[in-house]
Amino acid sequence: GCFVFKPSPKKRRVSQKTANDFGARNNDSEDAELRFATCQSLWNQIKSETEQIQEDLNKQLFDNLVSFLRQSHSEFQEKTTEWTCRMKSREIPTAALVLGVNVTDHDLTFRSLSEVLQNNITPYIALLEAKDCPGIKNLMQKLMGQLMDCYIEVDSLEDEDCVQVSQKRIRCSMTSLINWYEDVTKKTDSKTPSKKRTSSSRHWQSPPVIVIFKDMESFITKVLQDFIVISSQHIRELPLVLIFGIATSPMIIHSLLPHSVSSLLCIELFQSLSCKEHLSTVIEKLLLTAQFPFKLGEKVLQVLINVFLYHDFSVQNFIKGFQLCIVEHFYSQPLSVLCCQLVDAKKRVNSLSHNQCENIRRLPSFRRYVEGQASQKQISLLTEDNFLKEIIQKLLEDLHVYHENYISVLRCLHVFTSSLPKYPLGKQIRELYCACLENRVWETEEYESSLQLARMLNKSDLVTMLQQCVEIFVSSSGKEFDKTVEKLKEFLTQFQKLEAEAFQEQDVSLSPQKDLQKKTDLYHLQKTLLELKESRRSKKLTKFEKLRFEVVDYIDSLVRNYLVPADNKTLHEIVYFNTASVLRGHLNAAPRIALHTALNNPYCYLKNQALKSDGGSISNKAPDICIVYKLHLECGRLINLVDWLEAFSTVVMAVEGPNADAASSDQVDDIIHARFIRAVSELELLGFIKPSKQKTDHVARLTWGGC
Amino acid sequence: MPNLEHPAYPAAALHHLESLVPCRESQVSMLLSIFGERQQLSFPSIFIYGHTSSGKTYVMQNLLNTLQLPHVFVNCVEYFTSRLLLEEILIQLQSHSSEREQTSHVLCDTFNDFVRLFKQALASRGCQDETLYIVLDRAEQLREMEANILPAFLRLQELTNRNVTVVLLSEIVWELFRPNTGCFEPFTLYFPDYSIGHLQKILSQNHPPEYSADFYAAYINILLGVFYMVCRDLRELQHLAVLNFSKYCEPVVRGEANERDTRKLWKNIEPHLKKAMQTVYLREISSSQWERLQRDDGEPGQLKGLSAHTHVELPYYSKFLLIAAYLASYNPVRTDKRFFLKHHGKIRKTNFMKKHEKTSNHLLGPKPFPLDRLLAILYSIVDKRVAPTANIFSQITSLVTLQLLSMVGRNDQLDGPRYKCTVSLDFIRAVAR
Repeated sequence: GCFVFKPSPKKRRVSQKTANDFGARNNDSEDAELRFATCQSLWNQIKSETEQIQEDLNKQLFDNLVSFLRQSHSEFQEKTTEWTCRMKSREIPTAALVLGVNVTDHDLTFRSLSEVLQNNITPYIALLEAKDCPGIKNLMQKLMGQLMDCYIEVDSLEDEDCVQVSQKRIRCSMTSLINWYEDVTKKTDSKTPSKKRTSSSRHWQSPPVIVIFKDMESFITKVLQDFIVISSQHIRELPLVLIFGIATSPMIIHSLLPHSVSSLLCIELFQSLSCKEHLSTVIEKLLLTAQFPFKLGEKVLQVLINVFLYHDFSVQNFIKGFQLCIVEHFYSQPLSVLCCQLVDAKKRVNSLSHNQCENIRRLPSFRRYVEGQASQKQISLLTEDNFLKEIIQKLLEDLHVYHENYISVLRCLHVFTSSLPKYPLGKQIRELYCACLENRVWETEEYESSLQLARMLNKSDLVTMLQQCVEIFVSSSGKEFDKTVEKLKEFLTQFQKLEAEAFQEQDVSLSPQKDLQKKTDLYHLQKTLLELKESRRSKKLTKFEKLRFEVVDYIDSLVRNYLVPADNKTLHEIVYFNTASVLRGHLNAAPRIALHTALNNPYCYLKNQALKSDGGSISNKAPDICIVYKLHLECGRLINLVDWLEAFSTVVMAVEGPNADAASSDQVDDIIHARFIRAVSELELLGFIKPSKQKTDHVARLTWGGC
Repeated sequence: MPNLEHPAYPAAALHHLESLVPCRESQVSMLLSIFGERQQLSFPSIFIYGHTSSGKTYVMQNLLNTLQLPHVFVNCVEYFTSRLLLEEILIQLQSHSSEREQTSHVLCDTFNDFVRLFKQALASRGCQDETLYIVLDRAEQLREMEANILPAFLRLQELTNRNVTVVLLSEIVWELFRPNTGCFEPFTLYFPDYSIGHLQKILSQNHPPEYSADFYAAYINILLGVFYMVCRDLRELQHLAVLNFSKYCEPVVRGEANERDTRKLWKNIEPHLKKAMQTVYLREISSSQWERLQRDDGEPGQLKGLSAHTHVELPYYSKFLLIAAYLASYNPVRTDKRFFLKHHGKIRKTNFMKKHEKTSNHLLGPKPFPLDRLLAILYSIVDKRVAPTANIFSQITSLVTLQLLSMVGRNDQLDGPRYKCTVSLDFIRAVAR
């Protein structure tokens, strides 16, 4: 279990029933089915987008790998007579694939890798995992099973009399593997030309056999060593290529394999993209775009990013978390029907029911909006559904435009802040995004200091940044930016002019110096020097500085205009998912705490009024196990069973009142005894106690180290 | 040097054999005298040992092949279970006797079956009276199979009552094999390491056809001068020789030096070989990368070796967990209170210092610690409050799978698990930065 993803309790069950669930569990079952459908289609879009991202990011790595694999056994085909080839000891070509510690993501990578290899290099690929290979025997079994299966799979269409190999019957040795390989390659040779064309266009005559070790670190060294030694002996007959999936660092190869074994390998290193970059791309493509109507609130995004940075580095988990947000949003927010593309949303507004209109009127942001309107309008907004719908359409459009502009300006601001020393607003755009979502960014200290720093940028940097900004605005979908682009271009031309002027001025400033040499009078010299200095300070520098100030101020104004936090926008509740606490509850499971609460305060889960706890005392109505648990909390490392039983019976009998006291004091009821035994064994099952060998009729406490 | 002589075998074959196994003449003649003539019964089992690549396998193969003695050659690593091993021997026997029924599958689970089937196989084979040699390479693997396998192989002659000799090849001495119940003592034969002179002779023997033998011998001489200190493995040296030869020839090919210009050639190749020792010999960069570098005349500096990538990026809490584990592994429990508690008592310095003056904890290696201690240290070194969520616990297990921590003694599931930190000080420094 490595950085496990625990499927959240509210995973979607894809069925019609779910759609019903969607509303049924909520009181207002408004548009439940529509919401469910919207949610599904949105998620499907996002899913395909993330897959695309993954593919693009891995492309470089896979290309390198493919070319390596192409080369690796080129010798196998051709020159075998040459002196160097004869003399050189034959090494097994090996790719060390460093993938980073986010083991959860590796599965996907390997899956797409084997797909790529299957398409480009060879049909013979085996993926091995450490947990399947406790011994060399299991490894060989697994390997042969996968390889021979894959062969059958390739040929399954022809349905010829290919040997139905049952795994049991085959001897798990390299010889049978080699025989199999010879058979297979011979067969491809003798195929009819038409078939040959299809097969050999992708693979050549004797395609290599690729063995992928998914998690190199977990393999037992002996198994790996044996396998390498065995296969190196047959490398001439079986063109084998190994791929080691490495999570930590390639040093692990040397620590796992002794020199005598690693000298049999010809290792080349391949490094995948770091997971942080991957995350940045995902955030950029999923969140910083107007393509998807659904948005995350600041707190929620922070939770997801924190889980990523603090705990697992897993992009898959991030995406799953994002999915959870989507489901939760569509489930809990009845107005999320409108969280779709603008065109659809407008249509849907028209068909809103009266209840939904009421829902909208209840939205805090909408109420704020209403309060800002004239009283006549207020009334019609609150009473006429049709008028309301019109306004909503307009507001939705505003929101959409706001998002479009927001992203462009955010990127533009990021261009500036990401090149400042010490990154007061963060290096990554996601940090900036969080800051901007949180509150008015221009009111923060960091923003202030970054503006200060921006005012000290040099010209070449400033010009390149402006050019970048122009590109961003030109390529953005927002319509309001024509003016901005013009303005920025104007700045650029001014900078150019400034440059030209500077050249001229240099010429000019050269001339007085020439004069200077002529004059020998001390007084005059001093005077001209002073003048020079003066002019330099007041005239030449200010031009650039002024312009720089203008630019920074302009950017500032853009920020103030467009980067208003979403909370201030009317109807933001429709598209923003903000309930971070729910998400946190789902993602940060705390088993110890949950268990303790359940046993210590059963009311929390059972919701039985009788159990409502009144402080520290132990209620006798609680389930037996809770009573036993509470009692054991008061004990030390070793618990005397007799004392415990006594205490238990006292608590349980308390209800009978003092009159029963005398009878039960020295002899415990059999039923109570049985209940006690059962409760104790339940605790043992849960791992709170275990029988102790130190003292008879004592048990040892296992949790929280005793008192 | 003793020329190989034996009345039973033709002189030409012996001569050929001698040319194939340079520097091993005395061992070969010893073996020949033990083998005797083809029909003679030989010693039941022979144990040959010697260091890596001292020519054990090579000599045996050439000896048996050149003299065309009936034999079976099996690598015990490859046939890792006794069943596979026995079956493989039988299959090889069968395939020698009759090519046609190669596919017939033999089932052989026990040694008893083996003896029976072995007799059958020998009977179906024509040459019953000739000695059959069964060579078991990497015989140290036999010790890990069933207890009866090794003693049984040692007295196979007696068990089968046939003319058969078992030859065991191994890198370790016989004393480590001997089962405590006792067994038949094989004849042991030691293959000593090749001396530098031997290496020179053997390596120079296979010179490339384009160049003269002297030229290549001079090259080998230089190569051995550089590598002999670190590597005496013949195979590895041969590999290195081939890898770097093209570089050695470069001046000759370009016409800047002729073949006799040893000094110039030496100057050219020596730094190159030194570089090779640090990179390709240690498998820091692969040999194909090295060849590519040579062809492009690039500096090896451009290519980072495997150990250059030591940095491991870890999630925030994993880093702290690892640091906490390191602290727990190398600090004694007594000091925890002093290091991690705000209001600790006064330290009795004298007591503490005296005991630990001499032994550094780093020399003693990591000590196991319970999970609770790890978490307690974690809580005290992280500034913020850490909730003991499943995320934290799953990170511990993933650190174990990444081999940064290791679990000690997992016999009792209910006992708090104990871990050890397996990373080095340098690594933890890099993480802590």
